[in-house]
Amino acid sequence: MDIPKELKYTKDHEWLKVAGDKVLVGITDFAQEQLGDVVYAELPEVGKVVKKGDTLAVVESVKAASDVYSPISGKVTKRNDNLAETPELLNASPYEKGWMVEIQPDSAAELEALLTHQQYIQLIQH
Amino acid sequence: MSEIRRTPLFKAHETLGAKFVPFAGWEMPVLYSGVIEEHHAVRNGVGIFDVSHMGEIFVSGDGALQYLQSITCNDVSKLVPGRAQYSVLMTPVGGAVDDIIIYRFENEYLVCVNAANIEKDYHWMVSHRAFDAKIENRSSEFSQIAVQGPLAWKVVEQIYGEGEGSCSLERFPMFSFQELGLPGTGVQTIVARTGYTGEDGFEIFIPNSDAVFLWDTLLEVGAEYGLKPCGLGARDTLRLEACLPLYGHELNDDLNILSANLGWVVKLDKGEFIGREALRSAKSDGTPWKLIGVEVVDAGIIREGVRIFDDGGNDIGWVTSGTKTPTVNKSIGLCYVTAKNAEVGCSLWAEVRGRKLRVEVVKTPFYKRAK
Repeated sequence: MDIPKELKYTKDHEWLKVAGDKVLVGITDFAQEQLGDVVYAELPEVGKVVKKGDTLAVVESVKAASDVYSPISGKVTKRNDNLAETPELLNASPYEKGWMVEIQPDSAAELEALLTHQQYIQLIQH
Repeated sequence: MSEIRRTPLFKAHETLGAKFVPFAGWEMPVLYSGVIEEHHAVRNGVGIFDVSHMGEIFVSGDGALQYLQSITCNDVSKLVPGRAQYSVLMTPVGGAVDDIIIYRFENEYLVCVNAANIEKDYHWMVSHRAFDAKIENRSSEFSQIAVQGPLAWKVVEQIYGEGEGSCSLERFPMFSFQELGLPGTGVQTIVARTGYTGEDGFEIFIPNSDAVFLWDTLLEVGAEYGLKPCGLGARDTLRLEACLPLYGHELNDDLNILSANLGWVVKLDKGEFIGREALRSAKSDGTPWKLIGVEVVDAGIIREGVRIFDDGGNDIGWVTSGTKTPTVNKSIGLCYVTAKNAEVGCSLWAEVRGRKLRVEVVKTPFYKRAK
């Protein structure tokens, strides 16, 4: 299981990568493995304002649809349109080519509350 | 609540790294390596499924034939020993208590039923008992392994080829079966050329005691053919492409089975049976609903329960099963819609999370294997 050190995590199995004043969001290796073969991803429109805990995206495997909740509040500034044609990138490359959206966060405080990679490892081992 | 049940193969699945889901009161493997990979193994090679959760109800006695005729819609009198028949255990309104396969032996019949319906079917059968038929629910004695795919026969032939009464595929037309001793064990098995994947294949009934031996033998013999263990996930995408109905999705107690395109198993002339009048009037007057296949034109997946609309915004039906399936490689679904919207080529809408997706009625089945 790949859990990169430099990323932040949530208990809902999302990862966040802080880059300047923006944050990239995706699902973890653990999440993609639990979901199984992803066949469709529904991403928010660029410009959409999201609150922490809102449904940010929907990832559909062959078997079921799963909500991806927004880990922070802010505005969607980019989305990975490659996932429309090749949703399987979420399985093959969850931290790189399978990134989902870029968000401009409302507050830095929310970022502080995220899990470190150590905390996330502990979470999935229980 | 009754406790969750496990088949005799549970440990074997664990060893293979299966992921489990609860299904009809059982803890069953949903996948091993992945639904898509397992699906392709069955379409192009061979896969095996643990379907031990399915039920086995035996009917015997002098009145067995008459009794089965009275509770099912297909003509059981057409069955000779060694042949099997797809049929429906009928409700009085023309719906399905369950869809079943009846296997005819010399002196008895085996009714194979869906796992979710074992108790319900058994009670229904007992409460509609007639003609002195003897009804025995022996589901807990048998395991069942499905060997499916174009190379299934090679694996089965290799395993049974040297056994007593050896297995020759010429003697194995579709929907026939034989009782064969499983080499290496002292047990008799029932080997049937039936399945639920849209491919050629076999379903093997075996006493619980030797299920693990058969499973391991299949994995070993099948290795050179690329055999893969397959879970319920692939079973569902395979049967969906082949448009094989699933009880609780395409079939239920209330919907007339003629709306599910099951006219080919309805034999109104065979004599009186439960549901006959309802089927007769549905045949002459039509049914309000019709089961159709759709392709999703817009991006998105349609799942069970999604509502279907016409261009005027009228709610005209619902999705019974749907996903993006590996061989067809499109987002597809089965839906019940009002009869006038059921024509191939009709453009309809499916509402998913508040968004309307264009869907088009297409010819079914979505997938048919080359003969």
